[in-house]
Amino acid sequence: MGLVESGKIPKPLTKLLNMSRRYSMWVYQWGLACCAIEMGAAFASPRYDVMRLGVIPLPASPRQADFLVVSGTVTDKMAPVVRRLWEQMPDPKYVISMGSCANCGGPYWDSYSVTKGVDQIIPVDVYVPGCPPRPEALLEGIVLLQERIMNEDMAERWKGDPIVVE
Amino acid sequence: MATTESEQMAYIAAQAADARVNVEVETNEGMTLNLGPQHPATHGTLRIVAKLDGEKVVAAEPIMGYMHRGYEKLTEVRTYPQVTTLINRIDWLGSFANEVPFILAAEQLMEVEAPPRAQWIRTVLFELSRIANISLFLGDMAVQVGATTPVFYAFRDREFVLNQIERVTGGRFHPNFDRIGGIKDDLPKGWIEETGSVIGKMRDFCDEMEELVLGNEIFQARTRGIGVIPPNVALAYGLSGANLRGSGVDWDIRRDANVGLVYDEVDWKVWTHPDGDSFSRFWVRLQETREACNIIEQLLDGIPAGPIMAKVPLIIKVPAGEAYVATENPLGEMGFYVVSQGDLTPFRVKIRSASFSNISIAPWLLKGVFVPDIISILASLYFILGDIDR
Repeated sequence: MGLVESGKIPKPLTKLLNMSRRYSMWVYQWGLACCAIEMGAAFASPRYDVMRLGVIPLPASPRQADFLVVSGTVTDKMAPVVRRLWEQMPDPKYVISMGSCANCGGPYWDSYSVTKGVDQIIPVDVYVPGCPPRPEALLEGIVLLQERIMNEDMAERWKGDPIVVE
Repeated sequence: MATTESEQMAYIAAQAADARVNVEVETNEGMTLNLGPQHPATHGTLRIVAKLDGEKVVAAEPIMGYMHRGYEKLTEVRTYPQVTTLINRIDWLGSFANEVPFILAAEQLMEVEAPPRAQWIRTVLFELSRIANISLFLGDMAVQVGATTPVFYAFRDREFVLNQIERVTGGRFHPNFDRIGGIKDDLPKGWIEETGSVIGKMRDFCDEMEELVLGNEIFQARTRGIGVIPPNVALAYGLSGANLRGSGVDWDIRRDANVGLVYDEVDWKVWTHPDGDSFSRFWVRLQETREACNIIEQLLDGIPAGPIMAKVPLIIKVPAGEAYVATENPLGEMGFYVVSQGDLTPFRVKIRSASFSNISIAPWLLKGVFVPDIISILASLYFILGDIDR
């Protein structure tokens, strides 16, 4: 990706690349706690059906995935595993932090064993609040991520600020 | 506490080193297979380390704690009404069922009793959360043995039940609806009729599952005679719920040690299966879902009129004392041992959760089985990680 990172590709080509990246994303679902069930409802139920957004759940391994959904409480025991699997994902990679626990610790803000926010260990692109967020909220988060990818100057992508779903 | 990035990284590296150390199970021969902590078959973050001899498991050990959130400590700094918010999230599939034993224990200490209408509505919601919980198991178990379709049906039909719970409580997942001395709100208009039609849909779902899964030859081959738990072993390991009844032990807290809920008012049956294998555990859960439909239908016909809250003070201080209340949750016996010293917060809460005892049989049960059977046995034991680690 040397050409892309140096920002040397023509604009129409960037747009084409971004459009194809946007609608063919493998999602690596990191189901940790309650949010995993809502994520399952968004990904596996006919009512919410994430595939119409061009997102394909259940990749064989993180090495195949384009973005990661951290759904649920990350504990201190789990944190190194989260970091390690995130490192295995190929660039460009994105992270959606789903639910209050992954955002900031949520109801376990004073617990001794919970990592207060997954953004302490990996960079997060989209925060989806809620305890747990409804499947619609996760879909909204995915749409926002897709918009971000569409407007992305790939050379600049590390400088972006995280998105917050409201 | 502010920490620098290098400190954080050092901490994470130390944790990772710690995780690597305990991979090896203490036997000398064979290959070690690590399952999880991130694996679709482990319902979240359970980790199974198995020592293999060819395809056979020599020894297996579940490693837990990846979802430990410190409930028992946190309850000591939350007031009684706040505690229900937390304990909702222990067994996240049947959330309402978690609140009830804690609230009943607190009511026992305060010597108040919920009015009959509140008790009936509690029981209805309790059984609805049982359906919401077990319906996902029925789909999930089929996924674990290789059929993908049933889980889509499970997610589809589960939505109807969640909708009904949401209409009463406002929470689709975590209702936080139970109060000391009653419940928060009355039933909305038209809810009873709607729930009646949802129950019909769930009956159809059960029939569908029976045709789709139970009768399937592959499913039977994968589960019949696999993971057999004799009744005496089941009792010795402290199994409860459908795992116990799947081994032929006729014990159900709803019938035999009922506290505070109105199961005596309805006509229902406890299902047991003599085989004790993975198949029988699935079968018992399927029948229990049907039985829950029957219970709800009978309860809906006779919800008494009246108030939904007993007289309780605005600021709840629970008098000193100790109480243990257990209920038959979707996963098994869920009990709360509450010790109070007359404060706003509990002095100590011990949570007896069903999955922790249910998974403790895994090393005994997985010894000598083949690798693919690990998955089907674990699926049939049906645990939820929040319920194991708390």
